[in-house]
Amino acid sequence: MAEVEMYKRTPIEQDLFVRRSKETMRGQVMMFSLMIFMTLVSFTFVVAYQQGVEGFTKYLVIPVLFLFAAVQVGLQLYYFMHMKDKGHGVPQMFMFTGVVFAFLIPLTFVTIVWW
Amino acid sequence: MSSVAQKRGFGAALWDWMTTVDHKKIGILYLIGGGFFFVVGGIEAMIIRLQLLKPNNDLVSAGLFNDLITMHGTTMIFLAAMPILFGFMNYIMPLQIGARDVAFPFINSLGFWMFFLGGVFLNVSWFFGQVPDAGWTSYASLSLASTGHGIDFYAIGLQIAGGGTLMGGINFLVTIINMRAPGMTYMRMPLFTWTTFVASAMILFAFPPLTVGLFFLTFDRMFDANFFDHQMGGNTIIWEHIFWIFGHPEVYILILPAFGIFSEIFSIFSRKRLFGYPAMVFATVLIGFLGFMVWAHHMFTVGLGPTANAIFAVATMAIAVPTGVKIFNWLLTIWGGSISVTTPMLYALGFIPSFVMGGVTGVMQGAAPLDYQLHDSYFIVAHFHYVIVGGVVLAILAGVHLYWPKMFGTMLSETLGKITFVFFFVGFHCTFLIQHWLGFWGMPRRVWTYMDGQGWNTANLISSIGALLMAIGVIVMVINIIMTTVKNVRVGNDPWGDGRTLEWAIPSPPPFYNFTQTPLVRGLDTVWIEKQEGNATGLTFAEPVTDIHMPHGSIIPFFMSVGLFIAGFGAMFHQETSWGLPLLIFGLAWTFVAMAMRSLKDDLGYHVTKEEIQRDITNASKGGQN
Repeated sequence: MAEVEMYKRTPIEQDLFVRRSKETMRGQVMMFSLMIFMTLVSFTFVVAYQQGVEGFTKYLVIPVLFLFAAVQVGLQLYYFMHMKDKGHGVPQMFMFTGVVFAFLIPLTFVTIVWW
Repeated sequence: MSSVAQKRGFGAALWDWMTTVDHKKIGILYLIGGGFFFVVGGIEAMIIRLQLLKPNNDLVSAGLFNDLITMHGTTMIFLAAMPILFGFMNYIMPLQIGARDVAFPFINSLGFWMFFLGGVFLNVSWFFGQVPDAGWTSYASLSLASTGHGIDFYAIGLQIAGGGTLMGGINFLVTIINMRAPGMTYMRMPLFTWTTFVASAMILFAFPPLTVGLFFLTFDRMFDANFFDHQMGGNTIIWEHIFWIFGHPEVYILILPAFGIFSEIFSIFSRKRLFGYPAMVFATVLIGFLGFMVWAHHMFTVGLGPTANAIFAVATMAIAVPTGVKIFNWLLTIWGGSISVTTPMLYALGFIPSFVMGGVTGVMQGAAPLDYQLHDSYFIVAHFHYVIVGGVVLAILAGVHLYWPKMFGTMLSETLGKITFVFFFVGFHCTFLIQHWLGFWGMPRRVWTYMDGQGWNTANLISSIGALLMAIGVIVMVINIIMTTVKNVRVGNDPWGDGRTLEWAIPSPPPFYNFTQTPLVRGLDTVWIEKQEGNATGLTFAEPVTDIHMPHGSIIPFFMSVGLFIAGFGAMFHQETSWGLPLLIFGLAWTFVAMAMRSLKDDLGYHVTKEEIQRDITNASKGGQN
């Protein structure tokens, strides 16, 4: 289309771009390693529970798994789906509104509504 | 709409309207479609009031009466009020934010055709003689017991129409978030745009529950599922929860755009900035949010338990606070203003007391112990007609008078407009005020007829006379519209003389590309600011005249919707006929083929050239016809 514009970066811009890209890449790799690590820890917990290791009761394992799951979802959204970057305020607002509704309405059902 | 008037055949015009993706034409289509269903629902209402005119009346049978009340409610909410408001949103909102169209013009068209064919599907039930008859709420035990295909028409018709609404809502959200003109920050958006935004967000969250509920109902009735059948382990109350988790936000989806229209009117005809604009915005958002927290107040008598009832009662009453903020802000907008009592302003002035009355009875029902007395009585009927007619319908009629010159370039007669208002307003109070007492005197809602000697005769007679007055009011308005269209006296950009927002700074009707150049917004009520500073055009542009990129029209949205329409009949008849299942598959395949055509064929649109726009600008400055 006629609207394609060619734009040449100045050396300084190019420099900044390269540095930013490197930082982003470093962040992505770090978070990816962290997520892999957390997955490994989770599996270890489950295996430890199955093997009956002292202290690994289901009251420890299940909350920890949920916690790790929540962190993983957060990392996924913020790092790999770029919610931490600028210009994502509105999607964040809508997602959190949805989360609040999705939490509150079932909470009503399981606590105060009889049937 | 081009600068050169051309004579076209009927077929060409029809094709143009069926393929249009222009938000202004789709807005008008919504108004026509919604107006048609408004008349249908109105006729149903008139028959209901005729039946209840006197005791022991047998004008209609009990079964037909159930059909009438169900279709009246369903038609008025889903097919009249919502689409007419969607028409205004479609037409006005992009103009108010300085955009050339909505974000997804194709989906906009698809949304309209799905609404329209869904509505037609629902009303085709009259020709089959099997009409929805479980009330507009269609509570599950009753709707599962209903024989014939009536409820099937309800479930599938609303499913199709609801899909269209959901698309429209998402479209408005994306438009408002992404397509505001330079300088149009969130806190500079006109209040009608704000209410469109919040109502659309509510559509986004409220319609998925309706979709799920309707699918459950469809599967229960047509595909042997048992979601709501307690004998098979289902739960009939779940439908009520799902329906009201959708249904309560739905009434706010209706009333918020009405608030928006009235906010514009108060501001324009008091020649004042809207009082407490930030508070108004905050109240709108808060109402939108709280609207999701109160659904169980429709179910106080179901037996949810005292804890639930108490919490939902308190939550319900909390909504009165932001609504009160709005009412006082409107009053203070009028206060000290230079008021001109035009037809739209008359509606707005009439709206405040009417809506407050509806709100107060709402708070009464919000008190759970009192609700046990009022439940399922005519008091409820009076209440929701006070908020919906006294709020939404008055806003629609006000909006028709206010925006008619912008949409069609002619001014509706003020005299006839005021006659309409008097008939409608008096008729409205005459019909519904007395129904509060009918409720106190024990008349249950949704009854086919009543015995003589219970003291209800006179009240019902008064109520029916009121309905007749409202009908006269609407007929006067139709006459007004016809006369105005025939006379065809063209008006300029700002026929009311005090327009404050961007739509009043462009020709009436606007050219198909809306703005020759994207405007620069310098504050709330930007056109007013420009005029105060001596800029008679009311616009400062943010860019030079350049080529404008516009989308092509397309017939595909219509075909997609037709596919769903056909599939609906297939689903309905698949159990008793051999052609039902193939028809269902054929209809869905048709829609998918249409979707594939849209996806595979690149349509990059076209450009309106700089020269063309320059010519339009020159013509306009010479005072030529637009």
